[in-house]
Amino acid sequence: MVALALDDVGASYGKAKVLSDVTLSDLTGGSVTAIIGPNAAGKSTLFKRIAGLIKGPGLVELSGTARGPRSICYMPQDTGANAVLTVYESVLLSAKQGSGWRVADDELAEIDAILKALHIENLAFRGLGELSGGQRQLVSLAQALIRRPEILLMDEPTSALDLHRQIEVLSFITDLAKRDGMIVLIALHDLNHALRYCENTIVIAQGKMAASGATPDVITTGMLRDIYKIDARVETCSRGSPMVIVDGAILSITLE
Amino acid sequence: MSVGTFQAIVTGGEQYRSRVFRRLVILALLGIALFMSIALDMALGPANYTLRQVLSAIFDPAGAALQLRVVIWDIRMPIALMAVVVGASLSVAGAEMQTILANPLASPFTLGISAAASFGAALALVGGVALYPGAVAYMVPINAFIMAMAAAMFIHFASTMRGVSVETIVLLGIALVFSFNAALSLLEYLASEQALSAIVFWTMGSFTKASWGKVATIACMLVVILPLFMRDAWALTALRLGDDKAASMGVNVRALRLRTMMLVSLLAAIPVSFVGTIGFVGLVGPHMARMIVGEDQRFFLPASVVCGALLLSATSVLSKIIIPGAILPIGVITALVGVPFFFILIFGSRRRSW
Repeated sequence: MVALALDDVGASYGKAKVLSDVTLSDLTGGSVTAIIGPNAAGKSTLFKRIAGLIKGPGLVELSGTARGPRSICYMPQDTGANAVLTVYESVLLSAKQGSGWRVADDELAEIDAILKALHIENLAFRGLGELSGGQRQLVSLAQALIRRPEILLMDEPTSALDLHRQIEVLSFITDLAKRDGMIVLIALHDLNHALRYCENTIVIAQGKMAASGATPDVITTGMLRDIYKIDARVETCSRGSPMVIVDGAILSITLE
Repeated sequence: MSVGTFQAIVTGGEQYRSRVFRRLVILALLGIALFMSIALDMALGPANYTLRQVLSAIFDPAGAALQLRVVIWDIRMPIALMAVVVGASLSVAGAEMQTILANPLASPFTLGISAAASFGAALALVGGVALYPGAVAYMVPINAFIMAMAAAMFIHFASTMRGVSVETIVLLGIALVFSFNAALSLLEYLASEQALSAIVFWTMGSFTKASWGKVATIACMLVVILPLFMRDAWALTALRLGDDKAASMGVNVRALRLRTMMLVSLLAAIPVSFVGTIGFVGLVGPHMARMIVGEDQRFFLPASVVCGALLLSATSVLSKIIIPGAILPIGVITALVGVPFFFILIFGSRRRSW
């Protein structure tokens, strides 16, 4: 089974240290983990560091993967909107990186299947520049999935999606993780999504890991007050699921 | 069965294949147009020949009259092919500059590479300054080449500095254009009448000094560099989705950018050092290609080659027929032909880009 562990992982941009001391014991295949935290806390940096796109101190340990570091796929927040490429071409080029020009029929069939699974087959021959932000996020997901990742790092994958699509995508990803034994880390701002879809949660704040563990143990009134500066409760709804209910924020932006 | 139902059962893969086929057909048609343009270019001149005569001299030189053979093979063919190889080189240079700098305005002309080459040439023409003292006989093209490479490298290293945005790069390029143009004006001010006319001639661009040696040099460069770009086709295409996206697909963005810029510098500098400043083709050629086949580099690169070559070859034809008996400077005609054509493409295109 695929496993991922982080040992004192950090990262810097030039001389500015943006992430330090992130330690995580074994994340295993089939698990979905939320990465939460305020804006600019270092969530994307952590993803890039795990994916090997930036260097830094500490160790990213992988085991049980078929392709080593190449089995990690980082899915950035957006995909280029200026490129004169169709959705189909953009997914194809993700699949073909590092291989020859010839495109086999089964590779095309796989693209068809992924676009269909994400319900975007009708967009296949639309230009990337013609898509809405939400549609581009779905294309970005297709570009990631076509690479058959064993470890998928999703950076706010639902930020531009409508509520229906958010739930559809998160359910799809959790099912896929379980079916294929994939490790999924998702940066999320919607804490209710974290509570609903992710068994574990990691809190990143000011470039450090502030908390980690089972999601209901991490998303607590105290954490919401300390990290997010909000007055909130975590209560169980009538269907038995925990939910964050926000009463107010400790405001830093006020009218004069 | 209605058309709608029929479309529904065509898979994405089949649609993709038919689009690829359409692109190949378009490329073939452009290739035929290019060949016709080259033949026409060779037919026109002080001694007018028919297309049939030109084609027979090309394909059956032994059977052609001596005068026809000499005019076609020794005089007109190097000039006609020079237009082709220079157009192809500048267009590909522009295409890859636009790709790696993620900027639609990038081209050898707009980023100051051509202006730097002009300044280098002027240094030789006015002051007799050889930047590479080893080959004084070729100091004009060598100076132009050295300055063009220096400008290209400056743009490249500036683009890799932290905090430098794509917009900054274009501004830097524009600053280079103005700086080198100012320095060129100063040299023109100081130049003798003879040197001044040489500079003016050089900066307008001309194929009249074309030779088989120069054609072969640029052709060899293309033969070496194009396969290198084609090998990186998927990676270069991925770059258009953004650096993070490309890196997430396994592309080593920094290394790709560096090696592409090195090759692009050669593609921009060598033709300019041979034929002088020819603007616009490096900007328009890639845009034409992009509008016709999109940005999948497997098609975009060959399309850029053919569009650039066709643009400059057609320009060469026009430069001979606008005023019969006179050959107008190619750099002037490029803009005159390119601009209206470019407008038609921009306003006629339904594709959205940049």
